[in-house]
Amino acid sequence: MIRLEKRPSPSRVWAAMTPVLAVVATMIAGGFLFWMLGKDPLESIRTIFWDPLFHETFGPYSRPQLLVKAAPLILIAIGLSLGFRAGVWNIGAEGQYIMGAICGAGVGLAFFPADNPLIFPTMILAGALGGWAWAMIPGFLKVRFGTNEILVSLMLVYVAEALLASVSQGLLQNPDGMGFPGSRNFRDFPAAHNAEIFTNTGMHWGVVFAFVAVIFAYVLLTRHMLGFHVRLTGEAPRAARFAGVNPTRLVLFCLGTSGALAGMAGMFEVSGPAGQISIDFNSGYGFTAIIVAFLGRLHPIGILLAGLLMALTYIGGELAQLMLGLPAAAIQMFQGMLMFFLLAMDMLTNYRIRFSMKTA
Amino acid sequence: MRALKSLLTGAALVAGLAGAAQAEDKTKVGFIFVGPVGDGGWTYEHNQGRLAVEEAFGDKVETIYQESVPEGADAERAITQMALAGANLIFTTSFGYMDPTINVAAKFPNVKFEHATGYKTAPNVSNYSARFYEGRAVQGHIAGKMTKSNTIGYIASFPIPEVIRGINSAYIHAKKVNPDVQFKIIWAYTWFDPTKEADAAKALIEQGADVILQHTDSTAPQAAAKEAGNVITFGQASDMSEYAPFPRVSSIIDDWGPYYVDRTKAVMDGTWESVATWHGIGDGMVGIGEISDAVPADVKAEAEALRDALGDGSYHAFTGPLNKQDGSAWLAEGESADDGTLAGMNFYVEGIDSEIPSN
Repeated sequence: MIRLEKRPSPSRVWAAMTPVLAVVATMIAGGFLFWMLGKDPLESIRTIFWDPLFHETFGPYSRPQLLVKAAPLILIAIGLSLGFRAGVWNIGAEGQYIMGAICGAGVGLAFFPADNPLIFPTMILAGALGGWAWAMIPGFLKVRFGTNEILVSLMLVYVAEALLASVSQGLLQNPDGMGFPGSRNFRDFPAAHNAEIFTNTGMHWGVVFAFVAVIFAYVLLTRHMLGFHVRLTGEAPRAARFAGVNPTRLVLFCLGTSGALAGMAGMFEVSGPAGQISIDFNSGYGFTAIIVAFLGRLHPIGILLAGLLMALTYIGGELAQLMLGLPAAAIQMFQGMLMFFLLAMDMLTNYRIRFSMKTA
Repeated sequence: MRALKSLLTGAALVAGLAGAAQAEDKTKVGFIFVGPVGDGGWTYEHNQGRLAVEEAFGDKVETIYQESVPEGADAERAITQMALAGANLIFTTSFGYMDPTINVAAKFPNVKFEHATGYKTAPNVSNYSARFYEGRAVQGHIAGKMTKSNTIGYIASFPIPEVIRGINSAYIHAKKVNPDVQFKIIWAYTWFDPTKEADAAKALIEQGADVILQHTDSTAPQAAAKEAGNVITFGQASDMSEYAPFPRVSSIIDDWGPYYVDRTKAVMDGTWESVATWHGIGDGMVGIGEISDAVPADVKAEAEALRDALGDGSYHAFTGPLNKQDGSAWLAEGESADDGTLAGMNFYVEGIDSEIPSN
C-alpha cells in the first residue's frame, strides 16, 4: 500500500533532485519509445546526450552551437523567472522576442550601409525597448484595468507574428530580394552584424548578455531589496503588502524586465545566427523558455544549466534524426516528456511517499 | 584572416571526410525538409524523390534526411551537420534555406549543394525549380470551362514571382475559354496552415466561387469544397487523390525524382556542375494528375491537348497578345515571354480585378 503524505514544508533536497530524476525518467521512457520505433535505445540516448559534446566529427561543431542555441533560452527564461516568482505570468515572451527583433533589425537596417561603431549598441537598446514596450501592454492593462496578463500577453504573440509577416514583405524587405519576403542579411552589413566574438566558439554578444543576466538575476534575488520583494510577493502576498511592497510597481518591473530581455534575445538572434528578418523567423524560443525557467527551478544557476540541457536535446535530437533516422515527431515527444516528468516529480517535493502494510 | 582560417579548417575537415566516404564507395545524399515527410504535399513529394534515388542506385547510395527544419538559424546548423556527417550532395528543399545553403557551401567546397526555388548559385551550389505555371494553364482551362458562377477563387500564399506567375497563367487560360470569368484572390501568407486555408476557401465559396485554386499545400481547401458540395478543386504539389473524383478534378504534381536521380548520378560520375534548372511538363518535373470523370469528356480532351502542347514546346503558357494590368502592352501577337521576365514577375495581366499586396 502506497500513501501520499503532505510534507509540512516543501523539501529542499527533493526540489534540487527532481530535475535530475526527471531527466533520468525521460531517458528511460524515451529509450523505450525509440526501442518501439525499432532503434537501439542505448545508441539513441547516447546520440542525443553524448554525441553533441564528444563525437569526434560533430563535437567540435556542436559544442559552440550549444551556446548559440541556449543563449536566447537563458536570456528569456531569466526574465520570466522573476515574474513567475512574484506570481506575474508573462506567457507572451515569444511576442516580445519578435518585437525586439523587428525593432532592433529595423533600427540597424535604417542605417544601411553605414559603418559606425554605435550602430550595434543602438540596435541592442532598440531591441530591449521593443520587447519592453510590447510587455508593457499587458502590464498597463493589468495595473490599470485588472486584466489577466496571461491572456493578453499570449494573444499579443499572434499580433506580433502578423506584424513580422507584414514587415518581412513590406517595411524591412530586402530591396534586392526580387520580391521575395525577408530583409537584408546582416552578414552583408558588418556594422550591425552580431558576429562571433572569437571564431568557432559560438560566443556572440547574445551569449555574453545571457551570462550577465544570470549573474545580475542571482545578485538581485539574493542581495537586493527588490529581489526580496519579488520572492516575498510570490510566497506570501499578504506579508508583502504589510512589508510595503508596491504591487503596481512590481508587476510593471517583472513584465518590463522579462519583455526587455526577450526583446534583446530576439535582436541578438536576428542580427546573428538567423541573419535576417523573415516570416518564420521566430522558432518558439519564447515558449520553450517557459519550460527552461521551470526546469531550472526559477533559479538563475538552474536556468543556466536547464538552458544548456534543452539546447543539448535539440542538437542531439537533430543528430539522432540524421544518424539514426528517428522521426522529428519522436524527438519532440521526447522533449515533451521532460516537462511532463518534471511536473510529475514535483509531487515528491510537496508529498512524502509512505509504504505501509496496513491501511491507516 | 579569421575567415580564411575557418575556411581552411573546414576544407581540411571535408577533405578528410571525403576520403572516408570514398573508401566506403557509397555516395551519401542528404535532404533538408521544411515540413514533415507525411504532409501529403510539398515535402511528401520531395521525399518521394529521395526514395527514387534509393531505388535507382540501391547499395551505391545512402540517403539521410532531416524533416521539419525551421527556415531560420536552425537551418544553417542542420545543413552543416549534414555536411559533417559526410554527405556528398545535399538538397535543401525550401526557399528559406537559400542564404544558409550559400553560407554552408562556402565552408564545404567539396560538397555539392542543390537549393530549390531560390535565385542564388555558387560554384558548388545549383538551384532548381519547376515551371508550375504550365500546370496552372491546364487548371485555368478546366476552371474556365467548369465554372457556372463565372467566379474562380484563388488561395495565394505569398506575393512572390512564382505565385503571381501561377495566378496570371491560370487567369489567361480561364479567360480564353470563358470571357466572363472573374478571379477572387485571397492571400493566406502561409505555405501550409490547414486552418487558414480552410478559412480562405470558405470565404471564397461565400463570395460565390465554385472553383477553388490553391497555391498552399494542405488538403483543407479540398475538405471545405467537399462540404460545400458544388465546388471543384485541384490537388497542389501532390495528387491529393483522396479527394478524387470530386471535388478534386485534377492536380499539379511536383515530380522531383528524375532530377534527383540525375544529379546524384552526376556526383557519382564526377560530372556535377553548378546549374540553374527550370523544368516543366516536358522534362517531367511538372505532372498533371488524372483529370477525373467529373469533367466532361470534351473539356478533358482539350485540357490534355493543352498539356501535350506545353510539354512538346509547341505552345508557351505566356503567348501574346497580352497586356499588363494597367493596360500597357507586354507581349505582341505570337510573342512569348522570356525567362528573365517570368522569374521576376511582379505584375498582373490585364483583366484581373485585384491588386498585388504592395511591397
